[in-house]
Amino acid sequence: MAIVVLKDKCKGCKLCVKACPFEAIDMDGKLAVINEKCTSCKQCVATCKFDAIEDTDAGKEEEVVDLTAYKHVWVYAEQRAGKLMNVALELIGEGRRLAREISDETKVYAVLVGDKVDQLASECFAYGADGVYLLENDLLKIYNTDGYTKVLTDSIRQYKPEIVIFGATYIGRDLAPRVAARLNTGLTADCTRLDVKVSSYIDYANKNTTLDTSDLDPNSTETGLKQTRPAFGGNLMATIICPRTRPQMSTVRPGVMTKIDRIEGATGEIINAPVELAASDIHVEIVDVVKSAKEIVSLSDAEIICSGGRGLGDPSGFDLIREFAAKVGGVVGSSRAAVDAGWIDHSHQVGQTGTTVKPKIYFACGISGAIQHLAGMQTSDIIVAINKDPDAPIFEVADFGIVGDLYKVIPEIIAEWDKAEELYSESLHHTA
Amino acid sequence: MAFKIIVCAKQVPDTNEIKIDPVTKTLKREGVPAILNHDDANALEEALRIKDKYPDTHITVITMGPPQAKDMLMECIAMGADEGVLSSDRALGGSDTWATSNALAATVRKVAEKNGGYDLIFAGRQAIDGDTAQVGPQMAEKLGLPQITYVKEFEIADDMKTITVKRALEDGYQILKIKTPCMLTAIKELNTPRYMSIGGIYEATQKEIPTYSAADLGVDPDKEVGLLASPTNVYRSFTPAPKGKGVMIEAETEKEQADKLLVGLKSKFVI
Ligand SMILES: Cc1cc2nc3c(=O)[nH]c(=O)nc-3n(C[C@H](O)[C@H](O)[C@H](O)COP(=O)(O)OP(=O)(O)OC[C@H]3O[C@@H](n4cnc5c(N)ncnc54)[C@H](O)[C@@H]3O)c2cc1C
Repeated sequence: MAIVVLKDKCKGCKLCVKACPFEAIDMDGKLAVINEKCTSCKQCVATCKFDAIEDTDAGKEEEVVDLTAYKHVWVYAEQRAGKLMNVALELIGEGRRLAREISDETKVYAVLVGDKVDQLASECFAYGADGVYLLENDLLKIYNTDGYTKVLTDSIRQYKPEIVIFGATYIGRDLAPRVAARLNTGLTADCTRLDVKVSSYIDYANKNTTLDTSDLDPNSTETGLKQTRPAFGGNLMATIICPRTRPQMSTVRPGVMTKIDRIEGATGEIINAPVELAASDIHVEIVDVVKSAKEIVSLSDAEIICSGGRGLGDPSGFDLIREFAAKVGGVVGSSRAAVDAGWIDHSHQVGQTGTTVKPKIYFACGISGAIQHLAGMQTSDIIVAINKDPDAPIFEVADFGIVGDLYKVIPEIIAEWDKAEELYSESLHHTA
Repeated sequence: MAFKIIVCAKQVPDTNEIKIDPVTKTLKREGVPAILNHDDANALEEALRIKDKYPDTHITVITMGPPQAKDMLMECIAMGADEGVLSSDRALGGSDTWATSNALAATVRKVAEKNGGYDLIFAGRQAIDGDTAQVGPQMAEKLGLPQITYVKEFEIADDMKTITVKRALEDGYQILKIKTPCMLTAIKELNTPRYMSIGGIYEATQKEIPTYSAADLGVDPDKEVGLLASPTNVYRSFTPAPKGKGVMIEAETEKEQADKLLVGLKSKFVI
């Protein structure tokens, strides 16, 4: 333990015993003694009036991190109840791309944490993992912050990956910051783009952003992770680097990276990582895990999304949106205003605080196009906006804009949908 | 013994009001209202509800930020918090989440020293300007506290030692039990924050808000806080390129609009 009591300075005043939030200090006569409940919170160090308690880690010269000792890309392959999350497979695809860009020897590993999760390894291989680390223990059956943080941190210290990426799920965003803080390394939240090669970053920036890339050298051999993410509600994009510490860590939004095409029968190396975990390491008791009965909305996989906003006017408006989605083979989405009004469940929400989507077609019906909404859908292949206000900002990003009442326009689209082929060839005929 | 709660709050620009300067392509911050971060208001509200039930509860709101962040602390006092504490120093500027959590953990220790400990730290899940959701868990790590994030329902046993929460997941929720002291982070589903009260506003004007410098906190600007100590740095920042405006479909009737749209979609090979 890093906290020590200096015998010659301790006066036996017991201030620290009172200050300790964890009952981790006992008195041995007139001397304070730190017991095994100590979490290194350093409250006693701050409280002691006699400088008699020290954190032995604090003064220590920071270890100079040998960056070259860190190799390979790790993807935290999140599973819940023995099922892999989609984002895990997306990130394996992305991790593979990054690994190949770093060097021929760099590999992408999926890291499976849980209890008896080895059967998921083949799925990881099929989506591009070169290898799989298994971190198994019965105390890891259901996600818990303490257990998962401990085993993952231990493995990262032992195997020294260069990059570790997590899905920015409700669990990934609980686990990754805790792991990064324990390792004293950087973590970038909710990334929507990752690059290692400067040339790839330049290509991306030139195509998608207003960034002036003229000061970047496309021939640079530097391969530090460049992590791009929205900030200020999508008003600004920032690319973050982690130059001095390892591993470089990010959480990545579900739905933004692409899985590779499944490679049937692919295999690879499986490493059973040592796991040291005791029940006393875990401080939160799981009473129950409740899966909501609500329909599973897989917005991030949808090819077509029909979204409704406040412009629907009332909750029954979603009946029309559902009918529309059923006709075109789409999934129902919504703006936050519609969720806040209680018209539809949050799981349908698209945007900064909802799901990020990039379907082939995104229909925005009665949605004004607030920046937070755009942040979640503007990379859709085709955006169709239907809005009665010709000045609605949604039209600025729409490939096709229709000014009109959605209650009149959508029924016509539904009625005409099956005639699209015919209408198209007619239109060709006319112009030909 | 009174139950002691520390609430972490941040003053943030209202991201709805932010505009991009079309020439310089940078954020126009002037005239953008600074507000109490939404999720933090939920954290404070839950603390206030504990105080409603157990009136001897003591609530300290802490923040790190520029001197103006005092306004936000006053707002929190006006809502019902007992005191506000500001950690403010140029040496803290440019901190990333790792460094920020060092400064805030030191602030917690300082408050605990003053008030004789704490039982619960409540933070918002994330701030609307950075959206990282990292500072809460990273503080918990540095304070050696167990954590539960994404709290949407909260209940504390009468012994004031055991807390039961519903923690949101994308596909449901977990019911979890945790012992004090601990760190929780709130989401908006947890509650609806109250308004400031007239009495509270008066109260706020009467209160001194202590300000701690990096030296007061005992944090090292080279190794623990600020730009240079932060493991992450900004490499580049820019505004997203506006997606080019497409075609507006002009037609006499809705049927015609629909037909033109379908032809357009066909011509792009998406249907
Ligand atoms: C921190 C933060 C996070 C947020 N995250 C999100 C997020 O993730 N997702 C999100 O969507 N929002 C988010 N928001 C909210 C966002 O700022 C907007 O308030 C919201 O997107 C507006 O929803 P809307 O477009 O449905 O409603 P409104 O802005 O009210 O727009 C309704 C539109 O419908 C049109 N209309 C009305 N009647 C008709 C009709 N009969 N036919 C056709 N059109 C009609 C109107 O012209 C108007 O343009 C967030 C806000 C904050 C502060």
